[in-house]
Amino acid sequence: MKRGKPITRFEELTPGFWREVALEPGGELIARCFACGTCTAACPVHAVDTRYNPRQLVHMILLGMRERVLSSDFIWLCSGCYTCADRCPQGVRVTDIMTAVKNIAAREGYLHPTFRQQAELVGRFGRLYEVEDFDNKKRQRLGLPPVKKTFPEVQEIFRMTGMGKYTEAAEANQP
Amino acid sequence: MKYALFLGCTVPIRSQNYEVAVRAVAARLGIELVDVEDFSCCGFPVKSTNAQTTLLMAARNLAVAEEQGLDVCCLCSACSAVLTETNLELQQHPELLRQVNRQLRKIKRQYRGSVKVKHFARILYEDYGLEDLRRHVTRPLTALKLAPHYGCHFVRPKGNYDAFDDPEAARSLDELVAVTGAEVIRYETKKYCCGGAILGVEQTTALGLSGLKLSDVRAAGADALISICPFCSVLYEDNQKKVEEQFQREIALPVFFYPQVLGLAMGYDPKDLGFRLNKVRPDEVLAKVLPAAVA
Repeated sequence: MKRGKPITRFEELTPGFWREVALEPGGELIARCFACGTCTAACPVHAVDTRYNPRQLVHMILLGMRERVLSSDFIWLCSGCYTCADRCPQGVRVTDIMTAVKNIAAREGYLHPTFRQQAELVGRFGRLYEVEDFDNKKRQRLGLPPVKKTFPEVQEIFRMTGMGKYTEAAEANQP
Repeated sequence: MKYALFLGCTVPIRSQNYEVAVRAVAARLGIELVDVEDFSCCGFPVKSTNAQTTLLMAARNLAVAEEQGLDVCCLCSACSAVLTETNLELQQHPELLRQVNRQLRKIKRQYRGSVKVKHFARILYEDYGLEDLRRHVTRPLTALKLAPHYGCHFVRPKGNYDAFDDPEAARSLDELVAVTGAEVIRYETKKYCCGGAILGVEQTTALGLSGLKLSDVRAAGADALISICPFCSVLYEDNQKKVEEQFQREIALPVFFYPQVLGLAMGYDPKDLGFRLNKVRPDEVLAKVLPAAVA
């Protein structure tokens, strides 16, 4: 074997990892995967960046490579287009599995900084952008009604679902 | 026909041209769009972080629409996807609906499951109908070649949209574009995703994806790419300069929202369809339709 290639040691595996994924919404059918590769062939992201390989990811999950999967950069490269899920002959919801894995990674402190930033914006303003007076003035000039600037109910939903905790965990893992 | 207008995050701040055109076209077609101040973000941007938060945010928005007694009209395909998916989950799983309502009670909301969610383009295609739409076309865009971009969440995942179109052989947007009188351009990467969801993760990959389609559509001889999602347009239009840098080639392809070209075919002045807010200059293309006018 070529030197420098990462070797997976049996004792580093977490054999029940796929069950953990299967417990997340959308992850239920992961064990049906027979590794045909239709997902990877269908994936538009894979067509331009081969680091993102859904078949490989599902296989890594089934093998129990928990830490490698959760800490990898490439789980965040799923664009969520659902082409893989729509074409999977086994009915595996690959896109939902990626969501499940990202949700577990977030809980473990590996949330990607971009998603942390998005979560912070949505938590603060109830939408992805901070609406300023300037924006509403521009809207007015175009004959459009103003939009609300904050949503206390969304802030409450963030509290109820513990979103602050995830974003702080991600912060602690920043290099 | 009456719907609650769900603007989402991107349309009201970054894609007012889309919003202006939708409101203009809908008014003439007699589709009443009601503004609902209490609609927040749909929940899509936090799904990768915590799907439970997305579920509650989407459910809250559905509850807000239900209080108004209205079905929902989305302009963004991601909003449409998340609200549709959540709605189906809640309608099909009474126990989940009860759990969600236990939490919504804390913010004084309840959802019974009575709302229907549709994208504006689907409303035009399915509820309004191509025949009725055609009757409003007074200025056929026969000089134009347009390439439809469906994006992902308008038709995927299959099974979520009552099979109004087939994601593997989609035709609804092709037919909507054809109604304007323009020639519909076929191109190889038609089913490709814009890359929007990963723009903030790996810009080179996202722009690589959008660049593939832009180059393809350019090579196929289209005058413009037709979008029905604000974030697809962010990739294809707002980021087109960066795509040109990355691919080391000029693309200069205008990107229009479907209601803009529909409005043009309905005889509207381009000024009333937000064309001056388009980032890739539309003048040359508009001149083919209105030789004497400017945007």
